[in-house]
Amino acid sequence: MTTLAQGLSHGGVITWRNLTNVRRNPELLLAATLQPIMFVLLFAFVFGGSMGGGQPEVYREFLMGGIFAQTVAFNSAYTTIGMANDLQKGIIDRFRSLPMSRAAVLFGRTAADLAVTGVGLVVMSLCGLLVGWRIESSFGEAVLGFAVLFLFGFAMSWIGALIGMAAGSVEVAQSAGFIWMFPVTFISSAFVPQTSLPQPLKAFADWNPVTAIANASRELFGNPMSPPIPNIPEPHGWPVENAALYSIICSVTIIAVFAPLAVAKYRKVASK
Amino acid sequence: MPSSEVAVRAEALVKTYGSTRALDGVDLEIPTGQVLGLLGPNGAGKTTTVRILTTLLRPDSGRAWVAGHDVLADPDAVRRSIGLSGQYAAVDENLTALENLYMVGRLYGKSRADSRARARELVDRFDLTEAADRPSKGYSGGMRRRLDLAGALVASPSVVVLDEPTTGLDPRGRLDTWEVIGELVTAGTTVLLTTQYLEEADQLANSMMVIDRGKVIASGTADQLKREVGGERLEIVATDAADLPAVRTALAEVGSGEPTVDEHLRKVEVHVDAGSKALMEALRRLDSQDIAVHDAALHRPTLDDVFLSLTGHVAEQEPEEPADKKGKRAKKKGASA
Ligand SMILES: Nc1ncnc2c1ncn2[C@@H]1O[C@H](COP(=O)(O)OP(=O)(O)O)[C@@H](O)[C@H]1O
Ligand SMILES: [Mg+2]
Repeated sequence: MTTLAQGLSHGGVITWRNLTNVRRNPELLLAATLQPIMFVLLFAFVFGGSMGGGQPEVYREFLMGGIFAQTVAFNSAYTTIGMANDLQKGIIDRFRSLPMSRAAVLFGRTAADLAVTGVGLVVMSLCGLLVGWRIESSFGEAVLGFAVLFLFGFAMSWIGALIGMAAGSVEVAQSAGFIWMFPVTFISSAFVPQTSLPQPLKAFADWNPVTAIANASRELFGNPMSPPIPNIPEPHGWPVENAALYSIICSVTIIAVFAPLAVAKYRKVASK
Repeated sequence: MPSSEVAVRAEALVKTYGSTRALDGVDLEIPTGQVLGLLGPNGAGKTTTVRILTTLLRPDSGRAWVAGHDVLADPDAVRRSIGLSGQYAAVDENLTALENLYMVGRLYGKSRADSRARARELVDRFDLTEAADRPSKGYSGGMRRRLDLAGALVASPSVVVLDEPTTGLDPRGRLDTWEVIGELVTAGTTVLLTTQYLEEADQLANSMMVIDRGKVIASGTADQLKREVGGERLEIVATDAADLPAVRTALAEVGSGEPTVDEHLRKVEVHVDAGSKALMEALRRLDSQDIAVHDAALHRPTLDDVFLSLTGHVAEQEPEEPADKKGKRAKKKGASA
């Protein structure tokens, strides 16, 4: 077997192991789905009235792209905690003593977390349908929309893996994994149009990958790019006009930078 | 490069943690098919040695070869030839015994069918058949330990490394583990085994090495070491002080060397070569003279005795598991015991 085929096969085995863990502890899934449901309901009904310019249903259609982006971004935090957990378990010594690719443990972690995030997206879509969100685009565009979300979730997972290994303990990972998620998801177009933000937050939001993902999924699902709030202009600029392309560039760049860093870090923590 | 006659070889291994010299120039050699017992108290450097030889840890300096492969230059080849059962059970507690072993088989590169068959075979051999389909979370400490040991044997490796395989086991579990190690040896496997018990190394190993504070302080066969310590001692306490001379005569006949007499405790002591035989013989002789015996005991030398005679000080036990990560594992182990 070639090294690559072997690495993929080992990654598949570890993915199976991680998903079996999730299956035996379904409460892990609960956390990954309850939180976004809460966000949908809170934002749709608390902000829907004031942000919708008298058309709360338009705000809700706008909101879902942001909630999707937030859901896949949070995948990073689950990987952080999962990785820190793995490192503390006895089984990691078994993995280290086996003739397997070092990247397989990381690949198995990120792949399994992506599957869990997939479940989260399904729950989220159903929840969106309940509050009035609809896919207004073609089937092909909708598929591309979900693909963009998955790719970003996978990319964020590699950042999460690196943080999880640097954290040193599950307790630290639990806060370190989530804390940076809030600024990154809130200073974006996820819940409000980025044009409503003051400078310099607006400049950050314009180029924030979360903005790109939220806008890309709005575009690909045929949802409004901004709610009809009076005096708030429609967003403009290259990242907005090329949201799908920019989001893919962001995801690919994150993977290209963080996957090798994570593998190098794993080698280091694995031989301390 | 060691020849094929030598399965494991280490030269001048050094590993420091801050100011602690965990290993301070350790050499070792295990001929193919033999068992080496690495003996030492907590904190002596046993686990550090094991981790270096199994590629989990890089030494600061020194070299090592396992099954003909350089541990530092070709760790993957080493990993293909070894099976490790570490000090703490390396099992996934959410997976069943069968799933754990299946996973290890797959990661060694076995096919799905082979992995499944091997898992079943090992589960039966390690007496885990009934628990095979339950998550290992609910296993006793001994069952986890057995599952971990089974994990080390999935690929039928030519070199097996066991770090304190019987620590924390009950006597029955200890005997079972000894039996498995015996089978490995019969099959021609080379075994490195660490232990805190002289008796265990004596039972299982062809030769042993005593380490203390990262240094090898003695090595040889069990008999050589025991002789150094003075072997077993037979002790008899007489009911009546008037019988002491007769007891002394009897012990002089069955023992090797001069008996010592403690008038105050009415106790006579002597070194013996074949302990239990000497004990029976002494009691038979005293019985035939109608001498009443208050107490009779056979003292086997322990690691403490070896230490005392080799270093002149009692083995300093480290407080078990000081490091944060290890602390958690130790707690987990405690909870499952
Ligand atoms: N990760 C570590 N960090 C700091 N000190 C360590 C670490 N691992 C081992 N040590 C120290 O190295 C010494 C040898 O430890 P170890 O090899 O685990 O001993 P043993 O297995 O014989 O009980 C001890 O003093 C121990 O505290
Ligand atoms: Mg140890």
